[in-house]
Amino acid sequence: MGAGREFAKGLWSENPIFRVVLGLCPTLAVTTSAQNGVGMGIAATFVLLCSNVIISVLRSFIPRKIRIPAYIVIIATFVTVVDLVMNAYFNPLHKALGIFIPLIVVNCIIMGRAEAFASKNGVLYSLLDGLGMGIGFTISLVAIASIRELLGNGTIFGAAVMGSSYVPFMLLILPPGAFILLGTMLGAMNRVEIALARRAGRAPSIRKEHDCASCAIFAGWSNAADKIKALEEAGR
Amino acid sequence: MEERLPDAGPKAPGTKEKTEEPIARFLVSSSPHVHEGIRIRSVMGLVIVALLPASVFSIYLFGLPALFTILVSVASAAGFEWLWQKVVRRPGTAGDLSAVLTGLLLALNLPAGSPWWLILVGNLFAIVVAKQLYGGIGYNIFNPALVGRVVLLVAFPVHMTSRWISPSAWGMDAVTTATPLGRAREALLATGSVDAALTRNEAIDLLIGNRAGSLGEVSVILLLIGGIFLLAKRVITWHAPVAFIGSVWAMAGIFHLANPARFADPSFHVLTGGLFLGAFFMATDYVTTPLAPAGKIVFGIGCGVVTVVIRLFGSYPEGVSFGILLMNAFTPLIDRAFKPAVFGARRAKTA
Repeated sequence: MGAGREFAKGLWSENPIFRVVLGLCPTLAVTTSAQNGVGMGIAATFVLLCSNVIISVLRSFIPRKIRIPAYIVIIATFVTVVDLVMNAYFNPLHKALGIFIPLIVVNCIIMGRAEAFASKNGVLYSLLDGLGMGIGFTISLVAIASIRELLGNGTIFGAAVMGSSYVPFMLLILPPGAFILLGTMLGAMNRVEIALARRAGRAPSIRKEHDCASCAIFAGWSNAADKIKALEEAGR
Repeated sequence: MEERLPDAGPKAPGTKEKTEEPIARFLVSSSPHVHEGIRIRSVMGLVIVALLPASVFSIYLFGLPALFTILVSVASAAGFEWLWQKVVRRPGTAGDLSAVLTGLLLALNLPAGSPWWLILVGNLFAIVVAKQLYGGIGYNIFNPALVGRVVLLVAFPVHMTSRWISPSAWGMDAVTTATPLGRAREALLATGSVDAALTRNEAIDLLIGNRAGSLGEVSVILLLIGGIFLLAKRVITWHAPVAFIGSVWAMAGIFHLANPARFADPSFHVLTGGLFLGAFFMATDYVTTPLAPAGKIVFGIGCGVVTVVIRLFGSYPEGVSFGILLMNAFTPLIDRAFKPAVFGARRAKTA
């Protein structure tokens, strides 16, 4: 695979939130404002980039049996750096993100890239992989956070945009709103992927467990003809 | 779906002769095999009829704003159902009146004179999120109308809890006021006692509905008539409503006996709020409540306990909708614990 593709896969085809569905804890918790989304995204991207590079460099020295503790030590080092720097220079943002900064240590995306990619690939590719995944994560966070802030508070990056007569839909700022919105966006992304795949004449890259055909409700449809029709429409 | 057994009639011209194994020619379908001829539409129609007295009375009490709320709510619920089926191209259930009932129930859970966008958002969540995204009628875990109400309560607390209109025929001199439960809470917070609020509410006023509240919670008698109508028509059974109202009365009574100054009279708790609407029309929903009689009783008691705990100790004045929604989530567990007896089965004799 080329260097460009290693970078680009994190943006769409293996987007950590919308395709692989990892790192949902910060995704659901901190996306109450676009600013939080950017802060969380940059912090995670920095850690991901640095840990991918270091783990890739050390990949032949780390004994296989204790690789997970070794990865955690490396990741935790960079998380501590981020934590202290943000506390010193971006104190309000640090306060808003709170416990979710230290929790980057156990972020599935970072552990996942270390285990699945950096431990098997060279430094350049690991760097590009980490950068692409981090940017994909950041874009996704900002997308979710912008919608939540816009509808739930009537603002974007703190600027009022919805006019004075708008009544904020506070549900989206609250935790249930995060779940409902994320689920809706995942569904919409699958629709887009199916449409893109059909146009390109390939099979859509949707994991089986995120696919309507594997859902118990779908399986329970009494009318088999509808099911077959829906399967055909989904492009398989 | 139209299916026909082979040789049941003349073959359509041009049909190819089937060469399948004989066994494949039998129609195989899953249970139930015997139908009573009851349609979703007729059951929903009966429930709507049962709600009509209370709905009409709410229009008499609150005037045109109430009529507006009901019409917009019913129309938008049916509209969202129809739109959803157009968008996802699934066979239609918009004609089975279930969406109309959801819209009516949601309207009865709203204050008179709710703005149109509030009603639309509520129905969007009731029909699309709570019902269709879970797979449509029969698959929803939570009561759609209550999800709509709770979404609005959480998202727009100002519009949902502080703009009650006090009843005046045709809404001419409508003034905003608090509901009895809201007043009881305010008095409790201000003076540490509920008596001041209670003296202003005669029981007879509560019974006939001369008080502020959402459209469907004002007239206990008319809701009771609707409930008895449904019982008589065998649309619902007595288990869940009786367990629900009984447990609210018993639990409120225990607290009242322990500390009469702090906790209101049990009959006040039974007659106020949305208890009768919830007990007869929502805790009896076929889809979201247990099947077996014992399960229905457990469900009703659970609703009652949660309702009283929220009313007495929670931060909201009313807890009926939260009680029912919480117990909706427990329904699969209750169903597993209290399985109805299989038809014709006998208990195994112990030697």
